[in-house]
Amino acid sequence: MSRTPSRLPPPPDNEALRAAPSRLDTVEHAAATPDVELPWAELGLKKDEYERVVEILGRRPTGAELAMYSVMWSEHCSYKSSKVHLRQFGEKAPESDALLVGIGENAGVVDVGQGYAVTFKVESHNHPSYVEPYQGAATGVGGIVRDIIAMGARPVAVVDPLRFGAADHPDTKRVLPGVVAGIGGYGNCLGLPNIGGEVVFDSCYQGNPLVNAGAIGVMRHEDIHLAKASGAGNKVILYGARTGGDGIGGASILASETFDDAKPSKRPAVQVGDPFQEKLLIECTLEAFAEKLVVGIQDLGAAGLSCATSELASNGSGGMRVTLDDVPLRDSTLSPEEILMSESQERMCAVVEPEKVDRFLEICDKWDVIATVIGEVTDGDRLEIYWHGGKIVDVDPRTVAHDGPVYERPYARPSWQDELQADDANKLPRPETSAELKDQVLKLVGSPNQASKQWITQQYDHFVQGNTVLAQPEDSGMIRIDEASGLGVAIATDGNGRYAKLDPYAGAQLALAEAYRNVATTGAKPLAVSDCLNFGSPEDPAVMWQFAEAVRGLADGCQQLGTPVTGGNVSLYNQTGEAAIHPTPVVAVLGVIDDVARRTPVAFREEGQLVYLLGDTREEFGGSAWSQVVHDHLGGLPPQVDLERERLLGEILISASRDGMIDAAHDLSDGGLVQAVVESALLGGKGVRLVVPDGLDAFTFLFSESAGRAIVAVPRSEEVRFTDMCGARGLPATRIGVVDGDTVEVQGEFALTLTELREAHEGTIPALLA
Amino acid sequence: MTARIGVVTFPGSLDDRDTRRAIRVAGAEPVALWHKDKDLKQVDAVVLCGGFSYGDYLRAGAIARFSPVMDTVIDQARAGMPVLGICNGFQILTEAHLLPGGMLGNDHLHFICRDQKLRVENADTAWTADYTAGQEIHIPLKNMDGRYVADRRTLDELEAEGRVAFRYLDVNPNGSLNDIAGITNAEGNVVGLMPHPEHAVESLIGTGRTDGLPFFTSILKKLVTA
Repeated sequence: MSRTPSRLPPPPDNEALRAAPSRLDTVEHAAATPDVELPWAELGLKKDEYERVVEILGRRPTGAELAMYSVMWSEHCSYKSSKVHLRQFGEKAPESDALLVGIGENAGVVDVGQGYAVTFKVESHNHPSYVEPYQGAATGVGGIVRDIIAMGARPVAVVDPLRFGAADHPDTKRVLPGVVAGIGGYGNCLGLPNIGGEVVFDSCYQGNPLVNAGAIGVMRHEDIHLAKASGAGNKVILYGARTGGDGIGGASILASETFDDAKPSKRPAVQVGDPFQEKLLIECTLEAFAEKLVVGIQDLGAAGLSCATSELASNGSGGMRVTLDDVPLRDSTLSPEEILMSESQERMCAVVEPEKVDRFLEICDKWDVIATVIGEVTDGDRLEIYWHGGKIVDVDPRTVAHDGPVYERPYARPSWQDELQADDANKLPRPETSAELKDQVLKLVGSPNQASKQWITQQYDHFVQGNTVLAQPEDSGMIRIDEASGLGVAIATDGNGRYAKLDPYAGAQLALAEAYRNVATTGAKPLAVSDCLNFGSPEDPAVMWQFAEAVRGLADGCQQLGTPVTGGNVSLYNQTGEAAIHPTPVVAVLGVIDDVARRTPVAFREEGQLVYLLGDTREEFGGSAWSQVVHDHLGGLPPQVDLERERLLGEILISASRDGMIDAAHDLSDGGLVQAVVESALLGGKGVRLVVPDGLDAFTFLFSESAGRAIVAVPRSEEVRFTDMCGARGLPATRIGVVDGDTVEVQGEFALTLTELREAHEGTIPALLA
Repeated sequence: MTARIGVVTFPGSLDDRDTRRAIRVAGAEPVALWHKDKDLKQVDAVVLCGGFSYGDYLRAGAIARFSPVMDTVIDQARAGMPVLGICNGFQILTEAHLLPGGMLGNDHLHFICRDQKLRVENADTAWTADYTAGQEIHIPLKNMDGRYVADRRTLDELEAEGRVAFRYLDVNPNGSLNDIAGITNAEGNVVGLMPHPEHAVESLIGTGRTDGLPFFTSILKKLVTA
């Protein structure tokens, strides 16, 4: 493209720039005008960070270079506050034959057998979703899906762990419906089944909802693609949507203050999604992969072209030369800085050998996707970007993509932590009569966090692609990946901010344990972990301590369970004023199942089957749903963590599924046993008679949240075989009841009809939100 | 011998692979058709599947109706070739005037995905012969614009001629007039419905029911014995 002279930007304010011979801030110009002040502070760089850029370049950066460094060195892209802690995921990574691609690529890749590889990842889109719930959530889905495509995989499912403010707060009624509609509106149009996730309400998320999005993709081993540009002469192709002014944020400052005061500078900082364009992008990318046309590939997400070019170039063997004039634009008045920083959605960047370029472009044309050669891989080690014939960027791409600042932020155990832990939930008043116990059960299963989320999940397509074996409200989502063999994968995401607030180390491990358990209860073997770490401001030592503890807990836990962290995302600054959110590490566990026909669902399906409780129940109410619902209390210690027990429980559940010994299984977590029993009963439309086991009181039996537990429904014919297996391997298995009738009855205490329970459990969310 | 059944892929089609699988499960041969291609590759019948063709930003099915492949589909349908429109396919068939009426946004304004109970009202079409009239079935429903509307005269005509092929039972999930879930043309070769029979053909997948399979076995029998 070209510009007419009349559309060139007017002269900038800055004295030195005005005096300069050229209006374009080229590398040459930057070297000749060392004293020009650039708006580095407005772009979010600290003084020492800016000085570091100058030191790296040996001169002041051009405006375009500054744009790239500022966005790539942002917390979001560089992980500068979290990096020193995240290293543990690599250092403590357990030996795993399953791991094909680890941390550092767009998403981790795991071997699931039969020649298949699975890639999965969870990311946050928290802040945009608060500002503009629909588009924020929609583009969150779009971004994570592009990460999956960029690995060479066909996306096969999405999951959405969500956190909102109090369910009855007026702003929740603004944010939640928009987020849910955005996730649905985007994901449904892509043809991706939404198979899992969570919805949690807590007033700590009032001004900081958490919108995490996860995706899974499947490919053959040989189809794994990486984000690297190698082979001098290979072409760099930008394809997908045109580049517009959306999602620029800081670049507008640069553009308006340094180069062009005349044009509209306040552009929306939240990007706008076009799922139709993304669907085309998926299909055309997969077709190009299938024909082996792609050497390296990167999606354009945060930091747009700045990120894609610098990462592709720094991960490859050579350098890269890009002509920015060739980027197809939605708005011809965009400055080069804005083009580099634009976060316009639905764009990808591929590196293609010259002789394959024509075929690549043909495929794009077939799908009506705009594709343009914007540069090529070079022999050198520099990333050079040209605009109107002038060189406006000349950097070592590693310094942009990988050598960002690293902070050892101070951290300290908060002064209030001891007091919080001393405020023991086990000492809260407990129900004294059967009638009180019954009332509290109804109150619990009808509380917003424990209530059915069907009103939300029915806005997501979970049938598309025709491979969904299990979807929410099952313990994990499960997708068949091979029709002939029945090979499948399962995914569960969990995270309990209340537990993590009481003890971030244990809280992170409990999140891991719950997700691990949820995968195992459906019969799949847990293989690997992805995480989304949502915390407050890293500049607050108390928050930084929570973060450090949570990462340490998760890394230790993954080591012990043998499930490596394959990648993930950190979201900091989730805080309004002094008030940070609860530390909320969300953990996704991916599992594999040899034959999905062997999966175990949650629902009680057959009368007469025996209900067994697996694991030990202790008096553990710290952070529990009961303490929140009945007493609005948060204090004490979270449940004990015993990962060896989790592993044993998992092995038993998987064996029992495989050998047909159980017909239903449900993990016990928030809400305790009664919550799980009610869900299994309602889903199957079958009642259950429970007997409080010896050594436990009814209250503890029903409401304790001890970890490492599950309930299973065992056909009578399998009882001996099942209990023998548990006995031989040392897992406590207690017969607690039988599937029967149309009430949930605790003998000697109370009975609630399924109709009463259903009204309480399913009525809450529609009443609040519909 | 078996029947060749085409499934059109428009840009934004989502259930094309699922529909081809359902056809295969029923024992027929699925044939992929492309929206830019007028050639129907000598198929014996065509399914227009679900999705958001061309993004459906204008009105569901409004653009797809003008794609090259539809020129041939419309001609062939008028000449008697069996055509089934599922969800977006149904919307396209109404836009193409192969079926009367049209679809508006769901009355509750949300996307809805649920296992929907239906009654088969007409078991005499090319696509429903393996059902019995009055049979109650469960088929997954998932849409944003599923509210069937037509003028009173058209509705009366559809009812009088027995051309309401499927009706929602228990819950009307989108505000469709007369609880209409699907209709047929007078000849019985063109059928459209909002629910997704292709998602109900395997006992392990989705809702675990196979109530949708008779759509595909119906057409197979008709074509093979014809």
